[in-house]
Amino acid sequence: MTELEQPTPVAAEWAGDADATQAAQPRLEQRAGADVVARGRWTALALASAPHWKAVSAQLAALRPAARWDLRPVLQLDHVGAQLLWNHWQRRWPEVLEASPSQRELLEQVAQFSVDEPREPGPTLLDALRRFAGLGWHALETTQRFVTLIGQFVLDLVRVLRAPHRAPWRDISGHLYSTGATALPITALVGLLIGVVLAYLTAQQLRQYGGESFIVNILGLALVRELGPVLAAVLVAGRSGSAMTAQIGVMRVTEELDAMRVMGIPRGLRLVLPRVLALSLAMPLISMWTSAAAMAGGMIAADLTLGISPAYFVEALPRAVPLSNVWLALGKSAVFGFFIALIGCYHGLRVLPNTESLGQRTTSSVVISITTVILVDALFAVLFRSVGFRG
Amino acid sequence: MNPADQNAVEIRGLWTVFKSPGREQVVHRDLDLSIRRGEVLSLVGGSGTGKTVLLRQILGLEKPTRGEVTVLGAQPGELSAAGAAKVGMLFQRGALFSAFNVLDNIAFALRELKTLPEDLIRDAAMVRLQMVGLAPEHAHKMPSALSGGMIKRVALARALIMDAPLLLLDEPTAGLDPEGADEFCDLLRKLHQDLGLTVVMVTHDLDTLFELSTRIAVLADQKVIVTGDAKEVMAFRHPFIQKYFLGGRGQRAALALHPDRVDSRF
Repeated sequence: MTELEQPTPVAAEWAGDADATQAAQPRLEQRAGADVVARGRWTALALASAPHWKAVSAQLAALRPAARWDLRPVLQLDHVGAQLLWNHWQRRWPEVLEASPSQRELLEQVAQFSVDEPREPGPTLLDALRRFAGLGWHALETTQRFVTLIGQFVLDLVRVLRAPHRAPWRDISGHLYSTGATALPITALVGLLIGVVLAYLTAQQLRQYGGESFIVNILGLALVRELGPVLAAVLVAGRSGSAMTAQIGVMRVTEELDAMRVMGIPRGLRLVLPRVLALSLAMPLISMWTSAAAMAGGMIAADLTLGISPAYFVEALPRAVPLSNVWLALGKSAVFGFFIALIGCYHGLRVLPNTESLGQRTTSSVVISITTVILVDALFAVLFRSVGFRG
Repeated sequence: MNPADQNAVEIRGLWTVFKSPGREQVVHRDLDLSIRRGEVLSLVGGSGTGKTVLLRQILGLEKPTRGEVTVLGAQPGELSAAGAAKVGMLFQRGALFSAFNVLDNIAFALRELKTLPEDLIRDAAMVRLQMVGLAPEHAHKMPSALSGGMIKRVALARALIMDAPLLLLDEPTAGLDPEGADEFCDLLRKLHQDLGLTVVMVTHDLDTLFELSTRIAVLADQKVIVTGDAKEVMAFRHPFIQKYFLGGRGQRAALALHPDRVDSRF
């Protein structure tokens, strides 16, 4: 037995015993009178082993036109094997076919059901045009839906303020914990490392000009005002925004959303409001925490590279960074949290009941919320350009 | 021939214990079951008697705590793309891949073998599609656009694509309307005759049970208490069987389908 002819282990399993592996190989023999005899196992598994398939397709291609086919020596024939033969016969019966009744039955079944796959009409120019026009409509629709969601949130908020005892406090505190408290370790770690990196980088430049002590100003302003909130928001968008989309999306897939609707439970109040409120509250806190961690990292690096003691750092910080920067950072973090949660919920509610849509929506939720965070940050930078700077 | 060759599935001394902190729940206690080639065996039992768990153990999706499961003379669990050639499974809710259309769902196992040419795979999948009674124009539909009955049919076509000699069905007619369930039963019986399959099925639907099964295995008291045809099983004295088969629904189903099988006593 040559190496090439050895069937795969799986195929050998079917052959029953070891010396039958040779006999199991699907193959064709053409006799002198152009008669064709098929042998071996004509099953999907046996045919799918690469050497077998190569051999069989080569044999099929090399056959001279034959009127007589003998399938009786075939050990096993399944639908895929029968399909292969039937396709080779160009979906016509050969003039003489020697086959066992069960083989014939199988072939008849294949013959009966062999049809060409229905062709989907390809997209025409008009379709492409229509799709292009649809993009504008789609954008309008998305805007309308998103505005509706914000409106619904405001209405729900008013309702909660009027009747605070009916608000979903439990949900709010649950989301506060899962989006806020559990995000603390990762944001601290990332903040600390960014602080160290930033301090090392600026320290090298500042040393050239002899302005070492300005590291407090640079780190303080950059971290408190910009980097802390944005960094925290990006992390939370990846962490909690995607989780919100996935949670609500799975509820759509499992028809939980429909069940809520039937029971008359407003999903704006029970799903959207707690998440948005919780993240709007948690986000400023996480952002401050991240800034603090980054500052600690910067302090360590400044001490190591420039010999600026932590005591001096802490003392100089309030002078370098006016308090209004902190309020600005807190304010914009709340807006970040609001948008991350709202976008997460929006995409969650738009998930279609299939897994592919769930994946798409989760991805776009993260991408869009991070983009929104950067846009809102730029807007804040322009609006508050005269706030929080000395001199 | 040794008995393992005659039997499609052999289960010997099987124990299944679910452990949760501070609690152990024994589902199967020293359970034995043999499933012969070519038969349609129904697993029957109350809720929580581990019918679906047993199916999953035959598939190799779960490992028994103790004991031995032999499927077609081999250990289950070496599941690969070639596994589809041994065992076909119809999951309760179809478990169609929602990202693929009907044709790609059916062709999936063949395509995973990576050698067969695309046109042969498509032709074979189209034949399967029609064998389970679906029209060719459904080939490009997505699973989310299918009705419950169509999902079951597509799932069955997918399970059959490699002509697996063993077919496992988990609640094949659950969630279908009576007419749909009858049609599906007819389809299963026809396929069983045509393809010579061994079928193991879990069902709560007594009509399906009496119509399809050649043998019934009753799970109760953590083991198989009796196996046999409908008459033998119904003659067995056990509180579960009294309640299950000899209640109003069981009587009606048995009488309607096999008046001769029901003992006149009942």
